[in-house]
Amino acid sequence: MPLVFRRCNIKLGLASGAATKTVKQLFLTAVSDLTPSQVALSQLCAEACVDQILFPSSKMRLSRAEYKEIVRWTEKLRPTRRCMKILKDKFPSHSQSTLLSIFSLEYQKWIKRTFSRHHVPDVIESYYQRYLSEAKAQPTAPVLLELANEVDLSPALMARIILDRFLQGQDGGMPSKSVLNSMLKEPSLIPDQILASNVYQCTINDCCYGPLVDCIKHAIGHEHEVLLREKLKEKNLSFLDENHLRTMGYDKTPDIILEVPVAVEGHIVHWIESKASFGDDQSHQTYLNEQFWSYWNRFGPGLVIYWYGFIGELDCQRDRGILLKDCFPTDIVTLCHATQQDRSPESQNKDKE
Amino acid sequence: MAALLESLLSQKVDIIKVVDWLKSAGDEDKLSISELGLTVHKEEFVPFLLNFLREQSSQALTHGPATPAKTPSRPRPAAQTQVFSEKRGCKSASGGSGTRAASRVQLFSPSFVSPGPEGSHCLSGVTAFSSPSSSTTWSPASRPSGSERRGGQRIMLGDYMVSPPDFQHSPSFQSQKSRKKSGGNMSLGGRGRGGHYIDETGGRRSVRGGEGYGRIIEQVSPPSVGQLNFNNLEEFPPVGSSPISPAASKPTRRINPTPVSAERPRSKPKTCFTSTPFSKPSSPLSGVVPLEGSMTGGNSLSLQEERELLKKEKTKRAQQVGSPQPSSLEPCTPTKTVLKTGSNVTPEQQTTCPEPSKVTFSLELDLLVELYSTCISENLVPNIFLELFFVMQLLTSRSPHTHDDEQESLCAAHSHSDILERCYLRLVHNCVYFAVKVLENQFQLVAHLDKCTLRLLGENERVASFSPHLRDLLTQAQDKSTAKLSPSVSTFIHSVPFQPDTDNRSNFSSDKAFHIFKKQRDIFYEVLREWEDFHKEPGWNFDTALGNRIRGMMSQMTSAGNHSHFARLFLKQLIQMCKGPRVNSTSGDAPDADLLGMLGAEGLGRLKRLEERLIQPHGVVGPCSPPSFPGYQEFFRDFLQAASCCQLNQHLQDSLCQQLLQLDEVSILSPPASICERDKEEEEDGDMEQQDEKQRFSSVLLLARLLAKFLGFISFLPYQTSEKPSREIQDTAIALRSKSVPVLDVCAVLRNSIRRRRTILTVPWLVEFLSMLDFIGPRLLCYRTTLGTLLLLYRRLVLDRCEEMCYLNKLLMVSVLGWLFQIPVIPEDIFFTSEFTEVAKVEESDINVAGLVSDK
Repeated sequence: MPLVFRRCNIKLGLASGAATKTVKQLFLTAVSDLTPSQVALSQLCAEACVDQILFPSSKMRLSRAEYKEIVRWTEKLRPTRRCMKILKDKFPSHSQSTLLSIFSLEYQKWIKRTFSRHHVPDVIESYYQRYLSEAKAQPTAPVLLELANEVDLSPALMARIILDRFLQGQDGGMPSKSVLNSMLKEPSLIPDQILASNVYQCTINDCCYGPLVDCIKHAIGHEHEVLLREKLKEKNLSFLDENHLRTMGYDKTPDIILEVPVAVEGHIVHWIESKASFGDDQSHQTYLNEQFWSYWNRFGPGLVIYWYGFIGELDCQRDRGILLKDCFPTDIVTLCHATQQDRSPESQNKDKE
Repeated sequence: MAALLESLLSQKVDIIKVVDWLKSAGDEDKLSISELGLTVHKEEFVPFLLNFLREQSSQALTHGPATPAKTPSRPRPAAQTQVFSEKRGCKSASGGSGTRAASRVQLFSPSFVSPGPEGSHCLSGVTAFSSPSSSTTWSPASRPSGSERRGGQRIMLGDYMVSPPDFQHSPSFQSQKSRKKSGGNMSLGGRGRGGHYIDETGGRRSVRGGEGYGRIIEQVSPPSVGQLNFNNLEEFPPVGSSPISPAASKPTRRINPTPVSAERPRSKPKTCFTSTPFSKPSSPLSGVVPLEGSMTGGNSLSLQEERELLKKEKTKRAQQVGSPQPSSLEPCTPTKTVLKTGSNVTPEQQTTCPEPSKVTFSLELDLLVELYSTCISENLVPNIFLELFFVMQLLTSRSPHTHDDEQESLCAAHSHSDILERCYLRLVHNCVYFAVKVLENQFQLVAHLDKCTLRLLGENERVASFSPHLRDLLTQAQDKSTAKLSPSVSTFIHSVPFQPDTDNRSNFSSDKAFHIFKKQRDIFYEVLREWEDFHKEPGWNFDTALGNRIRGMMSQMTSAGNHSHFARLFLKQLIQMCKGPRVNSTSGDAPDADLLGMLGAEGLGRLKRLEERLIQPHGVVGPCSPPSFPGYQEFFRDFLQAASCCQLNQHLQDSLCQQLLQLDEVSILSPPASICERDKEEEEDGDMEQQDEKQRFSSVLLLARLLAKFLGFISFLPYQTSEKPSREIQDTAIALRSKSVPVLDVCAVLRNSIRRRRTILTVPWLVEFLSMLDFIGPRLLCYRTTLGTLLLLYRRLVLDRCEEMCYLNKLLMVSVLGWLFQIPVIPEDIFFTSEFTEVAKVEESDINVAGLVSDK
């Protein structure tokens, strides 16, 4: 079991230096010795992560109407593979990662709205008692997962609630967060075998919450930053990344600061922020307030890449210095060789949908 | 003075003698004419002449804003003035508190606006052209900083030219009569007020114009309250009160100013007649009186009617604007009109076509032209551009609909009574004749106007018919003209970059301070963006919307001691956004827009923009607008006011002073010595190096002016009052303030600059600094001395004289100084006094050469 996570970390380490084409393979190797269900999920995530890189032709800049249509569909779905498949079949023209990202964001919003009604002492107690009795009756069945599905709660969160309650019962006091997290990551550390396997089943069957998903998200985020740096190097653009900036004492740090600004589609770009998610209203607004405007305030106009697409209407601050793209821009104009560069974008236009 | 003018007009005194006297440098202040037993002072004669001309023309100028006359004269013989001073006194004492005072105070609009009972003292002509209501609206954008201000004027002058009545006769426009009318209006009265009330404005104009002169007298004897209050009510009725609550008046801007019009119907026939009886006792002071007459007993009924008319006109226009018809713009542009007017038909009944053959009193007019031109050339007028504006008004004047013959006979009959009572400038023919003559006389100055204005002038029918020679000169000058209206700067805001050397953790005393500043930077820009998005929306108020956030920020800053960091950010952002030549984003003038080209071709969008530009009140109102904070400057001013944080202000002051004095020391390479002679051509062909140097100089100059304005703003902020304090309070304040050290030793800076021949850089920014003075400021010794020195400097900067300094440099200085003397807070009496001759001596040779032309 712990293998999954270790492998993910390996992949992460490798990816920083690896070329993009190997990403999918890396993922596949990372999950090669897992159970079929694990493989299936991991593969789903891996595909989500990679297909945009390998197949950039899918449509990712959605109109608000299209986005709403997708959202309307996601409302009926739960975070299961079957549901993902339904969504994918329903919207074949959209990339899978975009759909998954939208679903994930919507599901998180839904959970945020409903979590409070599960997170009440007597409700928790009733879940725990039900789990205890059912697990006792069928020690091998995925009772916790079924319970989560039954009460409409994310399985990973259900696992966390039950584990938390379990640890409280064991030593009476509140378990520390770090203990709890480490046990969720590494269910073999859980003293109770049956609970461990139930927690594991929950974690692996949840594609929106849980340590596995966190890890994948982190890896994907990192992946895209690496990808971005590589693209920049390819273009011979010199830049400072977050780590450089932190050591220089900057108070806010975008992923990339270009040492010499460039122009993208007629807009000057000083910095680039990579976001490996879909840009919907809520997340974009939060990012604007917490990050993008702060970057603008310090470094001037810049570019945000939502690798999994965004709502087209949100790209309305171009004239104010925040440009949104769903891929690495193809028509970059640099200061020195403006004329030379002017021609090259045309040849690359085929890349650009 | 009256006697002198009278004897000149009756040819008892030789004009040459008087002109020579006017030209003689300051030492010969008095002119004695023994045969007549006359002794005249220049400071008295010049304002008298200026006022005389304005009074004379007040009937003909029925459109556009009045040319303000800030020309208080020196005390006159009591016998002459007494009669009027009483009325004047009371009139201005109470009436003045209305509109004019308000716009004088406009300096710190709108929050500072609220004229005082003593308004009359502080009134100046400046206000006359800014209609009460509009003043509230235009103030922020009205004065583009720096040399562009003049650019603004040029536009305006040009616009006035566009639609003299005769243009409207052109056959091609017949079918579009109503629309055409509005079009004409736009450009006539349109500067800043919307054009609906040309005629109405005219009515008020004449009254207001008179007001200006009237003030002359009021200065003499203390205002006595009570007698003719009705006049005031009439002159500044409901409207007058609008500036007091500026916010409220904004939306109704266009309609409010009506009261003016109430007088008009009566004033037309009246003026000449009524004036006589009034003026008889005091003989020559005629102009003052007609106004009095015309103002008595206005009835609210006619006012109401006028209002209705205005409303109708407004809706009419709204409809027109609503349905964009590309062709509807034609009448506004000089293109076809000008070319075709020759063949015009059906002259409108309202107007008379000026004809050279119908000019009367041409001898006397020539004489007046000579005198007037000399005053302009010798910098005896407070502001040469103001006079140019006046001349343009005369050129485009429309005479009332009375038939020529009738009018002539009226005037002729009248003329026997008194030489000064004759209607020299009553007829449109005479006005145009006079204006064209003055333009001819002042051609060197005129030739420096921008291309567009020159073309409009050159294509002007009246110019052509009165002086083909002038027209040819103008056409030639057009090709040579390099003066440009400054293009507007992109509205894109740039932020101040984060600089690790000054902004990272090591520059802060604690982690907490560092993190607080991180947040403050973000809040600052958030506030800025919000301001940018909303400040133009009706009902939006800076303090209500942003005040608390800003004050919260300030209190956090105080606890963290981050003021110096924030002051640096604030100033850098200010410079970033406001240094550009023109920050007035509202009037998007295409640089040197070729109207012909625009109309000839295409683009509904383009036409729409043009239409907007013509319809919307322009940023600049009248020839010299009060100091203002145009464009983004407004944000920074409002921010400081909302923050009212003394620590921040102190840090800003320190830093502004330091930067200014550094800028003042910047080395300037002089242009080659020969430049003066062949000014223009020579200058523009300067080699690359010189071009760069010019660029650099103008950039330094613009920056210094911006910083100086804000330094002045912050420094005098604690002393700003909405009303001029009473004399006693002033005296106490002077005694108090003279003990503390002023933020900047302006006297020393100016002295030093004169000595080192760097006035071309120093004077323009000093003017900005001084324009922010509070009411008491100018009476403090240091500022009074400085003002006096500047005045002497101004008098010596005679444009025509080829001295060491090149023409454009002089023009720049003359125009900024001229503007300063028109500013409300600068006491009117300062210009026409001789008291400074002793206070500060300026050696002629000291007026410097250094410096490059900056107004390109």
